[in-house]
Amino acid sequence: MSGRKRTLEAISFELVMTVIAVIALVIIIAPSLVVLIVSFTSGFSLRFPPPGYSLRWYAELWNAWQLHFAAKNSLIVALWATGLSVALGVAAALAISRSQALSARLLDSLFMSPLVLPALAFGLAALMLFSLVGLPVSPLTLVIGHTVVCVPYVVRNTVAALAQLEPTLLESSAVLGASRLYTFRRIVLPLIRPGIIAGAFIAFMSSFDNVPVSLFLRDAATDMLPIRMWQDLEGKLDVTIAALSGVLIIATVALVAVMERVTGLSRRLTN
Amino acid sequence: MGAAPASRDVTSYGMGLAAPLALFFLLFFVAPLLQLLWLSLHNDTAGLQWGLGQYLHFLTDPFSLGVLGSTLLLGAEVTAVCLVLGFPIAWLYQRVGPKLQTIIILIVLLPLLTSVVVRTFAWIVILGRQGIINATLQSLGIIDTPLKLLYTQFGVVIALAQVQMPLMTLPLITALGRIDPNLDDASCSLGAGSWRTFFRIVLPLSLPGIIAGCTLTYAAAITAFITQSLVGGGQMLFMPMYLYQQASTLQNWPFAAAISIIFLLAVLAVVSVFTTLGRMSRGYGGA
Repeated sequence: MSGRKRTLEAISFELVMTVIAVIALVIIIAPSLVVLIVSFTSGFSLRFPPPGYSLRWYAELWNAWQLHFAAKNSLIVALWATGLSVALGVAAALAISRSQALSARLLDSLFMSPLVLPALAFGLAALMLFSLVGLPVSPLTLVIGHTVVCVPYVVRNTVAALAQLEPTLLESSAVLGASRLYTFRRIVLPLIRPGIIAGAFIAFMSSFDNVPVSLFLRDAATDMLPIRMWQDLEGKLDVTIAALSGVLIIATVALVAVMERVTGLSRRLTN
Repeated sequence: MGAAPASRDVTSYGMGLAAPLALFFLLFFVAPLLQLLWLSLHNDTAGLQWGLGQYLHFLTDPFSLGVLGSTLLLGAEVTAVCLVLGFPIAWLYQRVGPKLQTIIILIVLLPLLTSVVVRTFAWIVILGRQGIINATLQSLGIIDTPLKLLYTQFGVVIALAQVQMPLMTLPLITALGRIDPNLDDASCSLGAGSWRTFFRIVLPLSLPGIIAGCTLTYAAAITAFITQSLVGGGQMLFMPMYLYQQASTLQNWPFAAAISIIFLLAVLAVVSVFTTLGRMSRGYGGA
């Protein structure tokens, strides 16, 4: 009798947990699906479900030169910021990853701090400093600002990849007479490459999507895609933005799928 | 002469490799923040007259304090919703096979990597007057006039919770994965029910993950400028928008700097409270 009671109790627990988990997963995925469906509407409003389906807003997107221009700027800044983040971040990760020294731990905290500090406050601060030293806002200041907020992802993922590395591999390589540089090129780099790529990917995505830093550090001529979209949404609810969102969602899904194959992204973020 | 290089540690690299990034941060991260602090300690816009005027203005102005309070409250609400919804996802993840695990992770990851503007836009479509919720409720005859969901606290909390959910769920999945499954079985075979085992064993042991998730979610939720302004609309003002208005529209840089510093300190205070709790729970949880 008590056995049966316990089973009921276990069932109630599993039922409640599973139901909440499924609801939560639906809440996570639903918004993207809704935007995708609405983007194929044949009507002029964002009504759901759409009155009919067409590709007209995607065709409209083809001619939206303002969005093309903004997308190009965002892409260029994101590529530069990612490149700079990888160059600076991987070197720093090599230095601090295996060190127990206080200085290494302090540097680690410093390099991670842009992740928790409000990016808008940093954007304002950087603008004030640049104007103080007489450096006008430009694509260069954008790249610098984006690098500060994106480099933590590269450092974190590279440090995590280095932590998985067997120190004995490096010792054996040294004992066999390989130089440090040779060992790095032939052993360390191939083993941590997926970690670096995963970090670079997240850095790229967060730069491409950045609003708070761009708001302060761009010049009038440099329109950035997320800011353009944000301003369009503040004004009117344009269906073209739904089509653009559709493109971005599909591109993100495709990139995540590629990254999952190349780097095992999902395991990397839960370890 | 012969023995020199053998003692060198080949498994670690010199701290010199961190110098370029350290210099970069010094110039473009630390220096701007110091400049921000410096300007916030001035009473005039030109930055000539030292004083605590900006801080006194903020701390004696009920409006400013209200904005700070509602921002901190918003963060707490979003974090609570994320925890209640995110924990069961992490729990489910540990129960299913590898195929479903990958699917769950990808569902959780996707919003993290999708543009915030796109995610927020989706919530406008869902919560709007003609949005899905209102349309469904009206067609079912539950309501006659559309509910006001957009531009409300409820709307902002639910949208932010969805946007920040991955930041809560990923550390929870990691933490739950580290718990020895035998503990669960032991508790059950000793007669504790599933609920009791959950609250007495699983929940306390996952505290490090809960605290990591709460820190990330809270910090992200209170600074989520785009979602706050688009879903909250003009009537609801939170710290990031307040800061932006003062800096950009009103060009009141010293006051904007003071707002930034107060906001930074508030975030740091919350993060360090969570970190301290995390350190304490690590001793308790043994993870």
